[in-house]
Amino acid sequence: MVTLNDYLIVSGLLFAIGFAGVLLRRNLIAIFMALELMLNAANLSLIGFSRFNVQNGLPDYNAQILVFFIVTVAAAEVAVGLAIIVALYRARQTMHVEDLNSLKF
Amino acid sequence: MNNPAPWIILFSPLIAAALITVVTQPFRKASSYLSVAAVAISFLASLTVFAGPHQEASINWIDLGVFQVRLGYLIDEFSKMMLLVVTVVGLLIHIYSIGYMKDERGRSRYFAALSLFMFSMLGIVLANNFIMMFIFWELVGVSSYILIGHWFTRASAADAGNKAFIVNRIGDFGFMLGILMVWSASGTVMFEELGPKWSTLGLNPLYLNVTAILIFCGAVGKSAQFPLHVWLPDAMEGPTPVSALIHAATMVAAGVFMLARVFFLFEPAPVALDVVLWIGLITSLLAALMATQQDDIKRILAYSTLSQLGLMVAALGLGVPEAALLHLFTHAFFKALLFLGAGSVIISLHHEQNIWQMGGLQRKMPVTFWTFLIGALALAGCPPFAGFWSKDGIVASAFDHNLAAALVIELASFFTAYYMARLLVVAFLGAHRSEAAAHAKESPPVMTVPLVLLAIPAAIIGFPPLSTFFLQVPEREGVPTLAILVSLVVFLVGGFLGFTLYREKSEDPILVPLFANRFYIDQFYATLVKWTQDLFAQISGFIDRWVIDGGIVRGLGGMTWSCGFALRFLQIGNLQAYAFLFGLGVVLLLYLILFAS
Amino acid sequence: MAPPLFWTFSAIMLLFGLMVIISRNLVTSALSLVVCFLALAALYVSLDAFFIGVIQILVYAGAVIVLFLFIIMLLDLKAEERRRLNLPAFFGGLVVIALFVKILFDVSYGFQGGSASFPAIQHGQHADVWYIGLTIFQQYKLQLQIIGTLIVVASIGVVVLSKRELK
Repeated sequence: MVTLNDYLIVSGLLFAIGFAGVLLRRNLIAIFMALELMLNAANLSLIGFSRFNVQNGLPDYNAQILVFFIVTVAAAEVAVGLAIIVALYRARQTMHVEDLNSLKF
Repeated sequence: MNNPAPWIILFSPLIAAALITVVTQPFRKASSYLSVAAVAISFLASLTVFAGPHQEASINWIDLGVFQVRLGYLIDEFSKMMLLVVTVVGLLIHIYSIGYMKDERGRSRYFAALSLFMFSMLGIVLANNFIMMFIFWELVGVSSYILIGHWFTRASAADAGNKAFIVNRIGDFGFMLGILMVWSASGTVMFEELGPKWSTLGLNPLYLNVTAILIFCGAVGKSAQFPLHVWLPDAMEGPTPVSALIHAATMVAAGVFMLARVFFLFEPAPVALDVVLWIGLITSLLAALMATQQDDIKRILAYSTLSQLGLMVAALGLGVPEAALLHLFTHAFFKALLFLGAGSVIISLHHEQNIWQMGGLQRKMPVTFWTFLIGALALAGCPPFAGFWSKDGIVASAFDHNLAAALVIELASFFTAYYMARLLVVAFLGAHRSEAAAHAKESPPVMTVPLVLLAIPAAIIGFPPLSTFFLQVPEREGVPTLAILVSLVVFLVGGFLGFTLYREKSEDPILVPLFANRFYIDQFYATLVKWTQDLFAQISGFIDRWVIDGGIVRGLGGMTWSCGFALRFLQIGNLQAYAFLFGLGVVLLLYLILFAS
Repeated sequence: MAPPLFWTFSAIMLLFGLMVIISRNLVTSALSLVVCFLALAALYVSLDAFFIGVIQILVYAGAVIVLFLFIIMLLDLKAEERRRLNLPAFFGGLVVIALFVKILFDVSYGFQGGSASFPAIQHGQHADVWYIGLTIFQQYKLQLQIIGTLIVVASIGVVVLSKRELK
C-alpha cells in the first residue's frame, strides 16, 4: 500500500536531484533543465497533498489549481529564460557558467 | 524694630556707586564728591551705631524652606570697632584720592569702584551669618580686582588684578567648603546661634579641625598668608590710595576680622589653632626678610603689611583674638598713614617709586616726613606709639604660652625695625639721588591734611585708656616685663643697624638674592601652573587625537569599512556559488526550524 | 494504485532525472527530461489528478522540451567541454545535497499522518476537469487574469530580448 510519505520522499529525491544539477553542471541550459526538475518535484508534492485532503468525497482541488498555475508560470519562465540565454550567447559566445562572472567586486 | 543706621551704613556707598556708574560718569568732579559724601554719611551713621547697644537683626532674602539666605547685621564690640576703622580710614583716603587722582581721566570709574569696595567691606563687617559674609567676601575680591587693574592698559596691572582674584579664589574655595561643613553639621549659619552651639554638638575632633582649617583657608587667601601671599606685592600696581585702603587697612584685615568673629570654631580645635599659629609666624618672618631687599617703596610697605598680618594671625593662633583685633585696629591707622605718605612722595617725584632715586626729602617735604616717621615708629613698635601697645599684647601672650613663637615674633620685629630704618634713611635722609628728588615739593593740603589726621591716632590710640574705649582686651595680671624688655632691645638694635648700614649710601650695600627674589615662590608657582597646564593639555590632546578621533570616529568608520571589505568577497560573480550558499542557507534554516527549536 | 506500478514509475522518473544531470550531451539531457516528465504524469494519474496529468504532458513534454530542443539546435551547442573539476566546490555541493536528503527523510518519518492510507474518493457525477474549472472561474478569477497577463508579458519579453541589434 502506497502512502503519502512515499510520494513525499520520491518528490524530495527528485528535488534533490534537480538541485544537484543546478549546483554541479556547468552548462547554462543543463542548469535550466535541472531547474525544471525542481519545479516538477514541488508539483508532485502538491498533488500528493491534494489527494490526501479529501473533502466531501472529492480531493482538494485548490492544490491542483495551484499546480496548474505553477505549470503555466514555469512555461513562461522557460520561454523568457531561454530568450535571455540566446541573447547572452550572442554577446559572449559561451555557455559556460564560469565564464559569466562580470558581476563581482 | 529695625534700627535703620546699619542699613544706611551699608547701602549709602552702594547707592553712590550706582549713581556714579549710571549718571555722573562724565562728570568726574561730581563723581568724586558723591563718593566722599557717601562715605561721610556711613561714618556718621557708624558713630551713632558705636554709641548704641549690641543688636542684631536680619531680613529674609531667599527663603526656600530648607535653604534660607538672610541678610542682616550683627552689632557687637568687634563690628563697632571695625566699622569705625573702615569708615574713618575710608573717609580720609577718599579725600586724599581727590588730590592724588586729580589729573586722571578715569576718576569716575575709580570712585565708583571705591564706593563698591566700601559697600562690600562694610557688608563683611556687618554680616551676621556665613552666607552673607561669603557673598560680600567675593564682592570685596571683585572690587579689589577692579581697583588693582585701574590702569588696565598696563599689562602688569591687568595681570596683577588677575593674580589677586585667582589666588583669592583658591582661598575662597576652602572657605566655602568650610562653610558647608559648618552648615551640614549644625544646620545653621547665623553667628549668634553657632557661637554657643558649636562646641556642644559633640563632633568628631577630625571634623572640627578640618572645618576650622578650611575656614582659615579663606583668611589665608584674603589676608595674604603664606602660601597664598603672592598676590599682595603685585597688587601695588594699583593707585596708592587703593593700596592704602584695601591692601593695608581694610580688605586684608577682613580675614583677621572673620577669624576673630568665628573664633568659636577654633576653640575646640587645637590642631587648627597650631596650623593658624605657624602659618602666621612663617608669613611674618618670611615677609620681613623679603622686605629687607626691596627697592620699591610700595613693595616694602606691602611686605611690611604681610608681616603684620602674619603677626595678627599668629595672635589668633595663640588664642587671643582680642589682641589680634587690637593690632588690626592700630595697624589700620599707621599703615594707611605710611601708604598715603608714600603716595605723597610718589606724586611729588612724578610717579617715581624706587627709593634709590629718592633722598633728601626731609627738608623738602616736612609734613610728609614727620608723619611718615610717626607711622614708621608705630610700625616698628617704638613706645609710646600705637604699634607698641598692640604688638606688646601679642608678644606677651606669646611669651606666656609658646616660647618658640615668641622667638619668631621677636626675630620678625628685629627685621621690621631694620627695614623701616633702611626705608627712612634711604628715601628721606641724606642727599638727593635724582633730578626729581631735587625738585620735590610738599604735596597740596588735600593730601597732607589726611596725613596729619591719621598721624594722630597712629601716635596715641594705643594707650590703654584710649584703646579700651574702642575694644576690650582681657586683663592680664602683672606687667609682662620680659616681653617689653626684649621688644625694646630688638627695636633699638634693629633700628640702629638699619640706620648705620644705609646712611650716606647711594646703592644697596647688601645683596641677598634669595630675599630680593622673594624666595623664588612666584617662579615656583609659575612653573607649577605651567607644568599642570601642560599635563592637562597633553592628556586632552591624547584623548582628542586617539580616543575620540581615532577610536570613536575613525573606529566606527573603519569598522563599517572592514565589514564591507569582508563582505565584498562574497560577490564573486559565480552563479553556482550563489546557488550553493542559497542551498546551504535553506538547509540550515530547515534544520533550525524543524529540529532545533 | 498498486505498489509495483508506483515503484516502477518512480524508479523511471528518478533514473532519468539522474540521466538529465549526468549526461554530457545536451540532447541526451533533454530527451531524458521528456521521459522523466512522462513518468511524472503517470504518477499524477495514479493520484487521481487526471486533468493535471494531461496538462503536464501537453505543456511540459509538448511545449517546454520542444523549446529547449529548438534553442539547443538553434545555437548549435556542442557537447559540454570538459574542464578541470573544482573538487572542493563539487564536494561542497554534494554535502549540501546529502544534508537536504537527510532532513527530508527525518521530516517524512516524523510526519505521522503520512503513513495512513489515502482516504477514499467518491467519484462525482462529473470528471475532475469540471470541478477544477468551476473552482478556477468562481474563486480564482483574478488569479487567472493575472496569469494571462503574465503570459502576454512573457511573450512580448521574449521577442524583445532575442532581437538582434538593428543595424
